[in-house]
Amino acid sequence: MATTEEIRIGLAEIVNEVTGIPASDIQLEKSFTDDLDVDSISMLEVVTAAEDKFSISIPDAEVKTLKTVGDAVSFIENASAA
Amino acid sequence: MSRRRVVVTGLGTTSPVGGDVPTTWQALISGTSGVRYLEGDWAEQPVRIAGTAAVEPTEVLDRVVARRLDRSAQLAMVAAIEAWADAGLSDGAVDPERLGVAIASGIGGVTTLLDQHDILKERGPRRLSPLAVPMLMANAPAANVGLLVGARAGVHTPVSACASGNEGIALALDQIRLGRADVMVAGGTEAAIHALPMAAFAQMMALSKTASENTDDPTAPSRVSRPWDTGRDGFVLGEGAGVLVLEELGHAQARGARIYAELLGAGITNDSHHIAQPDPEGRGGTRAIQRALDDSGLAPGDIAHINAHATSTPAGDVAESLMINTVFGKYVDELVVTSTKSMTGHLLGGAGALESIATVLAIHHRVAPPTINLDSVDPGVNLDVPATARELRSGDIAALNNSFGFGGANVAVAFGSLA
Repeated sequence: MATTEEIRIGLAEIVNEVTGIPASDIQLEKSFTDDLDVDSISMLEVVTAAEDKFSISIPDAEVKTLKTVGDAVSFIENASAA
Repeated sequence: MSRRRVVVTGLGTTSPVGGDVPTTWQALISGTSGVRYLEGDWAEQPVRIAGTAAVEPTEVLDRVVARRLDRSAQLAMVAAIEAWADAGLSDGAVDPERLGVAIASGIGGVTTLLDQHDILKERGPRRLSPLAVPMLMANAPAANVGLLVGARAGVHTPVSACASGNEGIALALDQIRLGRADVMVAGGTEAAIHALPMAAFAQMMALSKTASENTDDPTAPSRVSRPWDTGRDGFVLGEGAGVLVLEELGHAQARGARIYAELLGAGITNDSHHIAQPDPEGRGGTRAIQRALDDSGLAPGDIAHINAHATSTPAGDVAESLMINTVFGKYVDELVVTSTKSMTGHLLGGAGALESIATVLAIHHRVAPPTINLDSVDPGVNLDVPATARELRSGDIAALNNSFGFGGANVAVAFGSLA
């Protein structure tokens, strides 16, 4: 079972790969759109890659609720535990 | 009102013989082939040679930019970045509302389409890239170049198979002449070196299978593309892009731009004969060449050089010789005719653009590239086709670039030294 920090680091690697944003900037409190400037298609790329990496499913309806890095990390944490 | 004149002020390419214009031009003048064996899992394929890009576009482009682009758009971006810098048009030197793009592609994002299809079959729809559509769409190279330069006057993607690149240049000429733009970033790109398109061309008997059976001799691929030679047996697929910055003459002069040549005119016709075979008498191509001369206000004696379409197919090369002889008559002996495809292979939608760059540079440097692998000229070919680079005459000269494509498309464009 991955820790919250391990999930954040794994997600940060994906966001870096997709957008080029330094992984160190991708912290729990950051908003994907307002702070990190991740556009909607890039967000879908992140979701697709995260589903693959963490072996989870993120329903389309959930994607728009993932406002911050912390939201996404929590979702992944809960989905992994389920 | 006199017609607006159009000049070439920037050039960019990435091709099988070089990752930029200086390297590509040096290779073409020295007769260097970019055709090589394909690496990896090609053993079961009927054709295992191609003119792959000399420099991987992912080595040049920003990583995040590159991963959002199909290879055809990556190549176009590399060429456009070079052309745009070469023209010196950054820093607001052109009004975005007066700046357009015409970047052609014959096939579009075919490798993305096929790779995503593999993912769909193997891993399901949830693993497809959300970028699949904007990567594979035919206008993706033009649209990305438009974003690069900030073009707002119209971003176009002409599609006419192997004539596409020249059609992009012809369309750009019209846009400037009609007053819709002052600067057009024009050209073509292609990246179709993938098992499916290559096997499909092979099924048409269009590709040479020579050198694909016995892969022991590493130099063998370089001898396969042999336009006008009696031993020719089909074309070699190449990949790459060419981009020209075309600019209204007064706009270029006002900013003191370096002018390579003038884009004098273009001729576009269709054979209306067969979907994939050329008119055996070359009538459509003949009319395109004649129209390019008429549009340019040129007489046959004004032309010093032709960069021919000549792909190394048995029928096409002879038909083009017939076209040129029909139009030029007694003046044919004054023409230096070249097929740079002997070195680059056939770039499909990128061909007309790369070869227009070669034509412009031939005028600019007064030297025509050779046709390599020409050991024994087909007796049906009555043209002066030198096997080494040939100096062009002094004084005002003009040159033509021919491109013909499936669907019966014929596009000839004429460039000249600036009078």
